[in-house]
Amino acid sequence: MSTEPATTTQNLEGNEACALGAIAGGCRFYAGYPITPSSEIAERMASELPGVGGVFIQMEDEIASMAAILGASMGGLKVMTATSGPGFSLKQENLGLAVATEIPCVIIDVMRGGPSTGLPTRPAQGDYMQARWGTHGDHAIIVLTPASVAEIYAQTIRAFNLAEAFRTPVVILYEETIGHLRETVDLPAPETIEIIDRQWAAPDDRNFLPYRPGTDGIPAMPRPGDGHRTHMTGLTHGEDGFPTQKPEAIAAANRHLSHKLEPHLDRIEQFEIVAGEDAEVIVVACGLVARAAKRAVAKARAKGIRAGLFRPITLWPFPTLPLQALLQPAGAVIVAEMNAGQLIAEVERHAGDHCRVVGLNRIDGEAITPSQILQQIEELAND
Amino acid sequence: MTEAPAPEFVIREYLREHLMPHFLCPGCGHGIALRALLWAVHELGITKDRLAIVSGIGCSGRIGAYVDANTFHVTHGRPLAFATGLKLARPDLEVVVITGDGDCLAIGGNHLIHACRRNLNITCMMLNNEVYGMTGGQVSPTTSNSRYTTTTPLGNFEPTFDACALAEGAGAGFVGREITLQTPALKNLLREGLAYPGFAFIEVISDCTEIYGRKNDLGNSAEMVLSQKAAARPDVYTNSVDRPFRPNQLRTGVLARKDRPEYAAARQRHLQSLGNVE
Repeated sequence: MSTEPATTTQNLEGNEACALGAIAGGCRFYAGYPITPSSEIAERMASELPGVGGVFIQMEDEIASMAAILGASMGGLKVMTATSGPGFSLKQENLGLAVATEIPCVIIDVMRGGPSTGLPTRPAQGDYMQARWGTHGDHAIIVLTPASVAEIYAQTIRAFNLAEAFRTPVVILYEETIGHLRETVDLPAPETIEIIDRQWAAPDDRNFLPYRPGTDGIPAMPRPGDGHRTHMTGLTHGEDGFPTQKPEAIAAANRHLSHKLEPHLDRIEQFEIVAGEDAEVIVVACGLVARAAKRAVAKARAKGIRAGLFRPITLWPFPTLPLQALLQPAGAVIVAEMNAGQLIAEVERHAGDHCRVVGLNRIDGEAITPSQILQQIEELAND
Repeated sequence: MTEAPAPEFVIREYLREHLMPHFLCPGCGHGIALRALLWAVHELGITKDRLAIVSGIGCSGRIGAYVDANTFHVTHGRPLAFATGLKLARPDLEVVVITGDGDCLAIGGNHLIHACRRNLNITCMMLNNEVYGMTGGQVSPTTSNSRYTTTTPLGNFEPTFDACALAEGAGAGFVGREITLQTPALKNLLREGLAYPGFAFIEVISDCTEIYGRKNDLGNSAEMVLSQKAAARPDVYTNSVDRPFRPNQLRTGVLARKDRPEYAAARQRHLQSLGNVE
């Protein structure tokens, strides 16, 4: 008899894989509002959650959905909401509350064309900066960019683990196309999935300080009813959780929010490098575009061009050091993205003077194709 | 069955004394409302560990922090939405929302009407002082006609919301209103709202003496609450309007109480009927 735990194989759409990944990752509360192209996530959560003792609620708007998941998370459940560009904009205020009060939560943004109502049924990558800086004030945040249906499943599980381990909102961005793409996925046996739970404060500790960083820099969470009777506020607060006007306490609180992820980058950063070792031209791309880039790199290699791919899976914090190491021997880098040029600024500021940085952008609602990328690679290789 | 008499209500036992002195202006009615709420909590035997207070932004939003309970000070207008998630996740908690006329009726108006519609077991205490006090005294959805505020320098001409009529119309199972001068009656109303199995909306007529009363020559705090008393029409003598001397336009007491399915219970019954849960 095999000791290998059984996997099941399913043909899933990206949005379905997201919902199933959430359930497998421990999500037991979902609040959402219908929006194209993410609605299938809510629909699947609505049918899955009651069977595992969870709660689904469709709220009156995007803002309420975000607020409700924060309330449920403070109550002790693992929580998620899903949306697209316009809804993501509406969620930014309460996403800021999650940042400031360090509430674990997962937010899915299935990216469509913008700005405003834009192109609801077409893919885009216009939310890279909204995900990073959409809410006001300085802060750290984790943003993941899966590129396949299987990766959506795996990264959604990982998003819950990261949110709980580091008390932070985790945003998953993927394009409409992958949300509605069907691929075959091997779902692992539930007992093989690594699940990380949040650090709870010891019950009845009346001296507990809800925002004192633990040994890993992350404060433990008070479970309502466990006797701590703590205060939570979106106002800048000290370690006791109460608002403060003391400059040194304000500075400490804001330093913590901006830098708390940095000691844990080895657990947070994920990226894929294809044919990187001797590459002269590197393509940097995420999600849907990275799929095209992978094909373009293979074709370039077949033609004898030393091309490679750097694909951030963790988009924020941006995997700076791994990219810099890759760019050290390279002469040129192509940043391919379905927006007018967002990621390129991040690459430019880390590339170094020796490396030429070229943007390859598409803002017409169509996907960037392998041949477009290949053409750009060839031009740079011949320069 | 005999019940042991409840120990006397001592408000200090429910407060975070280290946060005193509080930030409220002299004469503000919000402290009296908070006292009445904690008095009701005490009489119902709700423990501080089981009490969760969710509040929004504004003067009303800040008073929750003074309570020695599980307190959540969230974003402007969103305490009902946050509380909905908290209560669904933790039905064992007694979830109370403290909000204000701007927080609840303007920026949070959509959340109010849907909280009323759902009828989830939350108690919402809305402190109505007719003004945005925290931001310096701007007009609110409940500012009376002709009143001066910093954004109605020529006097207010906009119609006002009747918050209780709005809540009742949106389906709230329990709706009541009281003035702060009648503190025991307010306590009883809050107690009834807390005990009601569904969404309870309670409007407390508070007074903003410093920023609103002064600007409109409404007198000192005592004079403001006495004029509220003169306007009140308690539910016990609903039809005895003393025209033309006292219009008694402000209906107080329990204004609506309906037997409506509570949200979480209805959800549970529905899932059970489908064999979806044990």
